[in-house]
Amino acid sequence: MSVVLITIITLGGLGSLAAVILFAAAQKFKVFEDPRIDQVEEALPAANCGGCGFPGCRAFAEALVKADDISTLNCPVGGTTTMSAVAGILGKEAAQAAPMVAVLRCNGSCEHRPRLNNYQGATSCAVAAALYGGETGCSYGCYGLGDCVEACKFDAMYMDPETGLPVIIEDNCVACGACVKACPKSIIELRKKGPKSRRIFVSCVNKDKGAAAKKACAVACIGCAKCQKVCPHDAITVENNLAYIDYDKCKLCRKCVEVCPTNAIHEINFPPRKPKTEQEETVKETAE
Amino acid sequence: MLKTFSIGGIHPAENKISAASAIEALPVPAMVSVPISQHIGAPSEPLVKKGDAVKVGQVIAKSSGFVSTNIHSPVSGVVDKIDDVLDASGYKRKALVIKTEGDDWDESIDRSPNLVRNISLSSEEIIKKIGEAGIVGLGGATFPAHVKLSPPPGKKCDILIINGVECEPYLTSDHRLMLEKGEEILVGTTILMKALKVDKAVIGIENNKKDAIEHLKNLATAYDGISIQPLKVQYPQGGEKQLIDACIKRQVPSGKLPIEVGAVVQNVGTAFAVYEAVQKNKPLFERVVTVTGVSLKKPSNFLVRIGTPIATLIEAAGGLPDDTAKIVGGGPMMGKALSSAEVPVTKGSSGILLLPAEKTSRKPVENCIRCSKCVSVCPMGLSPYLLMSLAQKAIWDRAEEEKIMDCIECGSCSFTCPSSRPLLDYIRLGKAKVGQIMRTRTK
Repeated sequence: MSVVLITIITLGGLGSLAAVILFAAAQKFKVFEDPRIDQVEEALPAANCGGCGFPGCRAFAEALVKADDISTLNCPVGGTTTMSAVAGILGKEAAQAAPMVAVLRCNGSCEHRPRLNNYQGATSCAVAAALYGGETGCSYGCYGLGDCVEACKFDAMYMDPETGLPVIIEDNCVACGACVKACPKSIIELRKKGPKSRRIFVSCVNKDKGAAAKKACAVACIGCAKCQKVCPHDAITVENNLAYIDYDKCKLCRKCVEVCPTNAIHEINFPPRKPKTEQEETVKETAE
Repeated sequence: MLKTFSIGGIHPAENKISAASAIEALPVPAMVSVPISQHIGAPSEPLVKKGDAVKVGQVIAKSSGFVSTNIHSPVSGVVDKIDDVLDASGYKRKALVIKTEGDDWDESIDRSPNLVRNISLSSEEIIKKIGEAGIVGLGGATFPAHVKLSPPPGKKCDILIINGVECEPYLTSDHRLMLEKGEEILVGTTILMKALKVDKAVIGIENNKKDAIEHLKNLATAYDGISIQPLKVQYPQGGEKQLIDACIKRQVPSGKLPIEVGAVVQNVGTAFAVYEAVQKNKPLFERVVTVTGVSLKKPSNFLVRIGTPIATLIEAAGGLPDDTAKIVGGGPMMGKALSSAEVPVTKGSSGILLLPAEKTSRKPVENCIRCSKCVSVCPMGLSPYLLMSLAQKAIWDRAEEEKIMDCIECGSCSFTCPSSRPLLDYIRLGKAKVGQIMRTRTK
């Protein structure tokens, strides 16, 4: 009997003592954490993709709570809805960033860009890029080894075995920028999604002179600057034999698409063009 | 028991099929394209422009810093254009394209065949001359030679090691040079000794070149301080740190240069180029290149002008064999496959190797079976399997701790791996990344 009693008293005593010490320690070493951090983290998508520029959603939540002005911070995954929810919690002004999407600036498929040699090394664009300029005559284009697909955490990319190029699934792409960082050739760019998801861009990054670029790839930008001349909005610049369309200035008139001799300018999500009616043709002819 | 380095190493099939072909000077090509970056360090600055007439040996691009060097015209003629030209890796790099007219050498070059033994210049004058002559390490690393000959303050060099190892299978250019230009190499070595102010030099030669060892041993009796060291055949003995270990049993600490242990290493080809520059006033515009391959009609060693298209060399060696699957610039271990046969010979081209498919194709990659063969063959004592997975997973801080920067990229690990894993491919990637991180840190 006494053994049981002694055990209870000893253990009980030890327990109480530990409780007192722990309580004192908890008071002494208390760290204040803003409860809003938890709330903000709750509101974020928990994708931990790093698209905001911070290592994970928690770090981004901390930054949001700490910053006085959160208009420069944006969660590309959650977009405007998430950011306004966060702004509601914090009572700050949220960014009204336009939704972005990744676009592939290379159309050098197997059909357009003949293979000149055969790479057998490690299946990694980064490794291949450190070694040489690629299997084709274009040393700027896609290697087709899929570092971007590997980097995508949102199932928004896959390799098309037909073309040898990655395909971006627009609906899944959250514009986190992981593929942009993974690509050693800087082919993937984040561009504004555009009204009704319509956008126009130059699908080429080749900076070689026209003849060399065209020889290496049938759909290369040859830097002829026809698009620059035809653009009524000054949205196109040609530098180093390569055209670039500024998405802020582009009004989606598609004039450049029509004049591009190599079809290097792509239009996405536009309705199919109406075939020109006879009437229009005659009007044009009389005008001339 | 012959000397060799203490850890790791492999012995691939030697295949020195061109060893018996004497060095043959190729005719001057009709057109050369001379890249402005043929060395480690800053690219040279072109001095000529389109339409300028140039002579053989004239400086056409000047050194743009301490770690950089001059480039001389390999032919006489007219500068056709300065343009981006395809280099060995398929990228376009700036090069001077010169159209040949005759073969008009600069008057200051002594073209007579007689040997000049007497060294009249002082140490500083020699180093200056070597710098002006555009001499780089001709073993393949292409590090400007005058930089190596100017030890940083506080460091003392007490021995010069001449690299006559030629441990790469197939290559024989250094071997032929030692046989045919032995005296010149020894005078070149003496010049280098004078430049470094040392009284001892060792020429390390692997034992598969017995004739070269005999030949140089006989000649060296007439030169003070030069000894010949026969070495066991073991790859990668031609690596600087391995050669120092093999010849004089000193180990270069991790991340340090050979000068740390009082040694400077130069290739035999470099010693020969130094002789020509200092004694004959002839800058570096031609070099010996081995053209070889199992199915090649006439495996040869050619003396060619820098800038000659590689296709010309292959043609001179009997034409491209039908079964060629890969053209390698350099040896089979450290060389790189060329993306085109039109790329020019540069100061660093030691050989052209034509290989059939069965000798070059990679086998399918299997899983690592933890056999640790890569660890036992690594001459730097690294763990290649670990470095590869660290590089794949982008764990750069750990890769740095595991001394990824010590890797000399000899490829022994990939060679020996029974699972054909692309070990060196990823280690190279890791080195580039870790190197980048380390540079930003010191800034």
